[in-house]
Amino acid sequence: MTAKDQEFASLEWLYQEIILDHFKRPRNMGTVDGADVSEEEDNPFCGDRIGVQLKIRNGVLEQVRFSGRGCAISQASASMMTEKVTGMTVQEALEFAEEFRKAMRGDKPFPQEGQWDDLDALRGVRDFPVRIKCATLAWDVLQRSLMKWLHQKS
Amino acid sequence: MIVPMETESLPVDRIRQDFPILQRRIRGHRLIYLDSAATSQKPESVINAELDAYRKFNANVHRGAYLIAEEATAAYEGARKKIARFLNAPDPSSIIFTRGTTEAINLVAYSWGWSHLKPGDQILITEMEHHSNIVPWQLIAERTGASLAVVPILDDGTLDLEALDRLLTERVKLVAVTHVSNVLGTINPIKEICEKARQVGATTLVDGAQAAPHLSVDVTALGCDFYALSGHKMLGPTGSGVLYGRKEILEAMPPFLGGGEMIRTVTFEKTTFNDVPYKFEAGTPAIAQAIGLGAAVDYLEAVGRERIRAHEKALTAYALTRLQEIPELTIYGKAPPDGRGGVIAFNAGDIHPHDLATFLDAYGICIRAGHHCAQPLMRRLNVAATARISFYLYNDEDDIDTCTTALKKALEFFGR
Repeated sequence: MTAKDQEFASLEWLYQEIILDHFKRPRNMGTVDGADVSEEEDNPFCGDRIGVQLKIRNGVLEQVRFSGRGCAISQASASMMTEKVTGMTVQEALEFAEEFRKAMRGDKPFPQEGQWDDLDALRGVRDFPVRIKCATLAWDVLQRSLMKWLHQKS
Repeated sequence: MIVPMETESLPVDRIRQDFPILQRRIRGHRLIYLDSAATSQKPESVINAELDAYRKFNANVHRGAYLIAEEATAAYEGARKKIARFLNAPDPSSIIFTRGTTEAINLVAYSWGWSHLKPGDQILITEMEHHSNIVPWQLIAERTGASLAVVPILDDGTLDLEALDRLLTERVKLVAVTHVSNVLGTINPIKEICEKARQVGATTLVDGAQAAPHLSVDVTALGCDFYALSGHKMLGPTGSGVLYGRKEILEAMPPFLGGGEMIRTVTFEKTTFNDVPYKFEAGTPAIAQAIGLGAAVDYLEAVGRERIRAHEKALTAYALTRLQEIPELTIYGKAPPDGRGGVIAFNAGDIHPHDLATFLDAYGICIRAGHHCAQPLMRRLNVAATARISFYLYNDEDDIDTCTTALKKALEFFGR
């Protein structure tokens, strides 16, 4: 492998096409009119802030949007998250968020390719430990939002 | 470590050979280290000095009545003398070894601050301070009832000196200011600030973390009461740092940490304390690290601090010119090379600084990305984070050229 191949191997492993696509054209970015719950969180490492807003009908995530600016990894992960969890029940979304965080942190193996749709592309982030928090930030905020919603309801 | 004094410019290629880490290849590339404001690399002589301290005369200092203990004490105290000379401090006993700038500032906050500040007093800091020159003062203000006042910066990244004049009232008991900004690179007019502070009877503390490694610092000429620095940013080991304090002030201060070494006599009823600087060096100090810092001072003096400064100034001017070729770049801090250290903070278009740092790493280029422990300044600049490159004596124009080329590639790669 030449030096040039090596640098692109590492960059392209981290910044896969699909990640750059979500970063450049984020899905569901913005705010939800009449949101049932919203939360925000900072990444103390970089000062980024991500917000999540949800509309929940009959216990199902009907609309999921995110706001804030961040790095390509955090923006892509947030964008992918909104697509992945829309239509899930609150319980399903909570469980999936936990699965995702465990897989990113290496507490569980990352699922085989094809199982997690676009989120598959984030597997490369695990090789860049300081960037894992970037990938999980939006999911932390989602979990907190869902817990808050459950708390409000009870 | 043989650097001929007679040559005008720095022989960077030869200097690099003194730094083992700079021989490393990163993903097939030469290591280009542009993060010396975070920590500097270490020359072989510093590494060997620390190694020798362990291999040849490892013993506790000021205690053992045997040869290697005497050697260890002589080396440790020798390092103190070197630092006193390096800073033009009047007396080695005004040099206290700490773990770094942060501990040095905390020492002053807890010892001097706690015993001197009262409700209604003010601590004057600036908008460009590192968290380590903000948070200790907030903590001590809470305990004493004193309050914090902040000198703002102007849009060019220099201190608003008119605001300083307005804020510097008789209520101000301490002025704590950085010598060189770790983000903007601005060199502050410390002598002038200390003079003004003296006129209202305020004590002065200078955060020299970014200055001592790069400028010829003369604490006597600056007229400050305290000067704090980190050894690891000036070619020395981590865990080494210094607080210079004016001796009369140090003598009147209560101890910081209590324990061994800092006492004269201890009974359960009463303890009397050792003389300065030992009063402030409780417990076994970082002996090998202090000795390593002494070797770092030797290295910097052998190269010549005026020459290092001239080199970094020229390099900063060159870097600013090269970076300005890239229209997408926003550079924070507009002080001219004369009035700034070798630090340039910037953002490249929409690219997040962390993406930029990861991208450049693929080319073996180390830069800093983040808030640089200066969140209030980030807020003033209206950014969450920036990228930052910083230079030292082992950097040259090639490093800047490689970095500029990689920045252009990053803009293509992440281009929206």
